[in-house]
Amino acid sequence: MIDLLGYPFMQRALIAAFVTGLAAPVIGTYLVQRRLALLGDGLGHVAVTGVALGLLTGFAPTWTAVVVAVLGAIAIEVIRERGSTSGDLALALLFYGGLAGGVMITGLAGQSAAKLQQYLFGSITAISVTDVWFTIGLAALILLLGVGLLPQLFTVAQDQDFAKVAGLDVRAYNLLVAVLAAVTVTIAMRTVGLLLVSALMIVPVAASQQLARSFRATLGGAVVVGAGAGVGGLLLAGWISVRHDASVAPGPTIVLLALACFVATWPVGAWLRHRDRLRQPFPAGAVAPLEATDHDDHDHGPACGHLAVPHDDHVDYVHDGHRHARHGEHYDEH
Amino acid sequence: MSTTSPVVELRDGAVAIAGRPILRHVDLTVRPGEFLTLLGPNGSGKSTLVRALTGLRPLTLGSLSLFGTPIAEFRDHHRLGFVPQRASAASGVPASVAEVVASGRLTRRRLLRPAGRADRAAVTSALELVGLADRARDSVATLSGGQQQRVLIARALAGEPELFFLDEPTAGVDLPNQRALAEALGTLSSTGSTIVLVTHELGPLAPLVDRTVVLRDGRIVYDGAPLQLDDAHGHHHPDPRRTDHHPGVVAPLDRTGEDADW
Repeated sequence: MIDLLGYPFMQRALIAAFVTGLAAPVIGTYLVQRRLALLGDGLGHVAVTGVALGLLTGFAPTWTAVVVAVLGAIAIEVIRERGSTSGDLALALLFYGGLAGGVMITGLAGQSAAKLQQYLFGSITAISVTDVWFTIGLAALILLLGVGLLPQLFTVAQDQDFAKVAGLDVRAYNLLVAVLAAVTVTIAMRTVGLLLVSALMIVPVAASQQLARSFRATLGGAVVVGAGAGVGGLLLAGWISVRHDASVAPGPTIVLLALACFVATWPVGAWLRHRDRLRQPFPAGAVAPLEATDHDDHDHGPACGHLAVPHDDHVDYVHDGHRHARHGEHYDEH
Repeated sequence: MSTTSPVVELRDGAVAIAGRPILRHVDLTVRPGEFLTLLGPNGSGKSTLVRALTGLRPLTLGSLSLFGTPIAEFRDHHRLGFVPQRASAASGVPASVAEVVASGRLTRRRLLRPAGRADRAAVTSALELVGLADRARDSVATLSGGQQQRVLIARALAGEPELFFLDEPTAGVDLPNQRALAEALGTLSSTGSTIVLVTHELGPLAPLVDRTVVLRDGRIVYDGAPLQLDDAHGHHHPDPRRTDHHPGVVAPLDRTGEDADW
């Protein structure tokens, strides 16, 4: 295990997995907030075409993937804004167009399927020093914008009409999120592969929002889960590969580890939500009070036989399916 | 700007959506400190009018000025508070009540600067005004619909605006929450804020209103003193069987023990 860490390729891979795990969930949080969890997937498929164009033209596939994914992101945002096609239909069009285009162009380029496979499922252990710097640079950009503009991006995703009246340029912020998602896709492409890109953006958010009550906590938790799964998954894959002399790909291991975090937090989250609902069983404040006409026979008290429920500074009595609280000459409904 | 000049001035306003006229020949002037309510049946153009007044819906004809500035040149967004028509303050990711309210403060914050002391104080006092200060750290999704509407109002309050537009804040809100809402709006109105409220039912808000505008088919058909629409409920002891504003629309099976006397 320690030997494994001594290899330069492993060190590079660890750095790449860590910064990707940090950056991807930041944008993922905004996508989940806008209920666009699958946008990353759509952009991943579009990036396949970008990679294939790189293979065809001889440019670095990473750069052509960035360009094509950004163009795809802008296209989907424009389609959504015009409202001529619904968001999920536009996504579906991207999905299929991107994947089919990528496979076809790779064939035209005469490249073997194995070359494309590197990008589809990740090749983090083959990452070069230049690629590591490229990943760090883009991840820093995503973190800077995603965290620095948090109040604005949060408001726009939460309520577009309100954001517009507040004077925010809603279209610019929407485009920014889409473009950053495209950039995230291309940096995560080396780590987990284009087909699993979205998982690194979305699954950590799904795990952390089980326990979080606030947006900032969700985002922070997702970053921790993302970075932890990135590093942990890579080490786990390395350890299994060495131990059992198998070749376990790091990408799927990272995604499965993130999913395991979700599976672990979900029951806790379900219990927490259940407890929160129990905390306030009745709305605060009195509902229309009833005259105490049907209480001539007795006053509510410890011995009257009606169930006593402590409520703030007084005691309510359950009476015919209502909760009665004495208020002067009558009982209020609580 | 003199204090008597109107805060909203719409002249011969018209709005068409996809070629279909929604509002026609609407003249509306709102003066500082007024509490104005827009009434009218569904589809009469109330929401469209409010969206036009906030600049969300462009006018196809006519001219609109806010605080004496034509809408196209209006940049003082912090003077506007908007409570859009929506059922919930929640979204796909948990957000705390304080975070949602803090987003109303953006009109007074600069890019890439952390929230200052004044920002936090404004959020706290907005939450206190709507009576939800104790829920600040809770997730909005755990609040009832009425409490979420109060959060949306607190969000508009946080920017400390002078002019409020509220689009159906009482829709689907239970009576205790409507009362809490009315109390908050009453405080606001008494401090000199101008309020434009779209609503179906006034309920506990009725005593606050000083002017009513009624729309029908995209035109203003009444503009004047508040109408006596229904008996003033909201008193401490209303008839418990009659809190519905549409007497004919209750589920008969809910009240099997009662005589249906409508």
